[in-house]
Amino acid sequence: MLKIDHDQCNACGLCEKTCPFGAIAVKDDQARSNESCSLCGACVNVCPQHALSIQRKQASAEELAGYRGVFIWAECEARAGELAPKRVVYELLSQGQRLADKLGQELVAVALGDGRLAGLESLCAHGADRVLRCEHELLGQYSTDAFTSVLSAVIAGQKPAVLLYGATPNGRELAPRVAARLRLGLTADCTGLDIDDQGQLVQTRPAFGGNIMASIIAPYSRPQTATVRPNVFQAAPPDPARPIKLEEVPVTLNKAVLRTKLVEETVVDAEDEKLESAKVIVTAGLGCRQDGCLEKAAELARALGGVLAASRPMVEAGLMPVTRQVGQSGTTVGPDLYIAVGVSGAIQHLVGMSSSKTVIAINQDPEAPIFKLADLGIVGDAREILPRLLEELSKGKGAADSD
Amino acid sequence: MNIVVCIKQVPEISEVKVNPETGTLVREGVASILNPFCEYALDHAVRLKQGAPGTTITAVSMGPPQARAALLRALELGADRGVLISDRRFAGADTWATALTLCAAVRAVQGDFDLILVGKQAIDGDTAQVGPEMAEILGIPQIMYGVQMELSQNGKRIKVKRESESGYQVLEARLPALVSASKGETIRRLPSFADILAARDKPLETVTADNLDLSEEQLGLQGSYTQVVKIFPPQAKKACRRLEGLSSQQAGAEIASFLRNGHFI
Repeated sequence: MLKIDHDQCNACGLCEKTCPFGAIAVKDDQARSNESCSLCGACVNVCPQHALSIQRKQASAEELAGYRGVFIWAECEARAGELAPKRVVYELLSQGQRLADKLGQELVAVALGDGRLAGLESLCAHGADRVLRCEHELLGQYSTDAFTSVLSAVIAGQKPAVLLYGATPNGRELAPRVAARLRLGLTADCTGLDIDDQGQLVQTRPAFGGNIMASIIAPYSRPQTATVRPNVFQAAPPDPARPIKLEEVPVTLNKAVLRTKLVEETVVDAEDEKLESAKVIVTAGLGCRQDGCLEKAAELARALGGVLAASRPMVEAGLMPVTRQVGQSGTTVGPDLYIAVGVSGAIQHLVGMSSSKTVIAINQDPEAPIFKLADLGIVGDAREILPRLLEELSKGKGAADSD
Repeated sequence: MNIVVCIKQVPEISEVKVNPETGTLVREGVASILNPFCEYALDHAVRLKQGAPGTTITAVSMGPPQARAALLRALELGADRGVLISDRRFAGADTWATALTLCAAVRAVQGDFDLILVGKQAIDGDTAQVGPEMAEILGIPQIMYGVQMELSQNGKRIKVKRESESGYQVLEARLPALVSASKGETIRRLPSFADILAARDKPLETVTADNLDLSEEQLGLQGSYTQVVKIFPPQAKKACRRLEGLSSQQAGAEIASFLRNGHFI
């Protein structure tokens, strides 16, 4: 329950302005709550007097069973003047649908943004039974505070059994914040999700740099929440026959919630195609550090219509920007074709690319771990092989052009 | 100004092997190190202190008694004081119980903190959850993946340049706040011999569950929302067609024909 310390309360009214449920109001110089309170915690965080706190008790089995449905945070990104769902959302929907079917419950996507929100109908075509659309001008740009506040309120009110997020930079900071606010179990970076015979979500994730897998449950808290790495699951094709159900959710939000201010934004990565969604990736490792090999790798990426990426040592050496880094501390990728040039394949690198469909590796060290994941492995010097390969490719192209 | 840096001791994961028969981790003989991202967090603390003399940097770490070594390292790198949060009753804590314990310890040893710095993630668990969970428990703003930090003139606000998906953002928050450190542009300093000697004279205390304002049910496995039910080795990798001893010409042709057969060109 919500506890109000009346000695501390100075009746400033911020809680009233912040509450999404109209559940707290200042009356007779005191904040008072009513039965509409869903314990979402929005007021606790804005109270300048620290006069509000929430006491939660452990839920009983009957209470846990009252939580139903699989919910997905549909993270949106700005694209051509619109805010549209990211690719990982569709990957989550295909998994979410499987889980929802097993539970015999609904699949719901929750999208937060401003008036530019677009393309939400496609979430229904990809499996969502309902889409909750939360629009507010303060949601146009991602911020931890505003998004935590609104998503927590939606979740506290809707009471789903499962809540999934993409393990994107924003998802990875939002999920723990919401989990801590609502007192929920959370598992990071899941690569496998399933429902056990008791209807619990079994979350499987790699640990110790991918050396071992762990299956995790959250038996006493609902919703069970997890982040899922992009490019681990496949998105399902859309079914245009599915009904479209968009629901507008009223959002209560004011500037007092926002405690961080965006002062400046720099986009360093001018390349149109993002690493995360690239179909073909050529990754340069330390083995391409010299003799113009990096330029050759870039040329190969261009020739194949792909994107150039790098391993961590190349980024640390300042030869490539961090936005191009594949691996645990960089981006997780899952292209159709992954060519590792002079990449030895430290475990942290392998976990970032292991869902690539086809892998070609070129490395001088026959024992390089990258070969464990490769379909074709060439033991040799990339600096000498790449120019020959490019010649071969241009030869083939020339032949095709003259046909 | 009081800065608290939360640090973690981790196994050097490139040395961790899995016993193929039992599927368990072989940790014997594997060295323990200070998590690299925690080192970056410490480095930021030291830089901020240079601009704000009179600052105290307190390094805290929750872990077994051996984690003293990581705290000692933190003292060598510039922390003024180390606090080991160690108790058998903390065993089995998930990220929530860990965050709750760390917050209780921070309140106990440095309740008037201005800034909490953490690494963006630990290289063993990689969850990146404890930082945001701590910020929520303490009711303070968070800025994650920071690469450059700067305090305002009056020391009331912090400006952080941080990595974003497509580049960088500069965010500002009022203190107290929690900031996580990524690798970014930080250059790791190595402690000098004098730093190493000085570290031995710095205070390094131990805090147990008895010193914290938490009940038994909030600690360790009992206080955790998540439970590990199974541990197993990852799936076997695919078999690689590995070619050795080819000339560059042959290797180039092999790859080109592989690409053609796969309809990549």
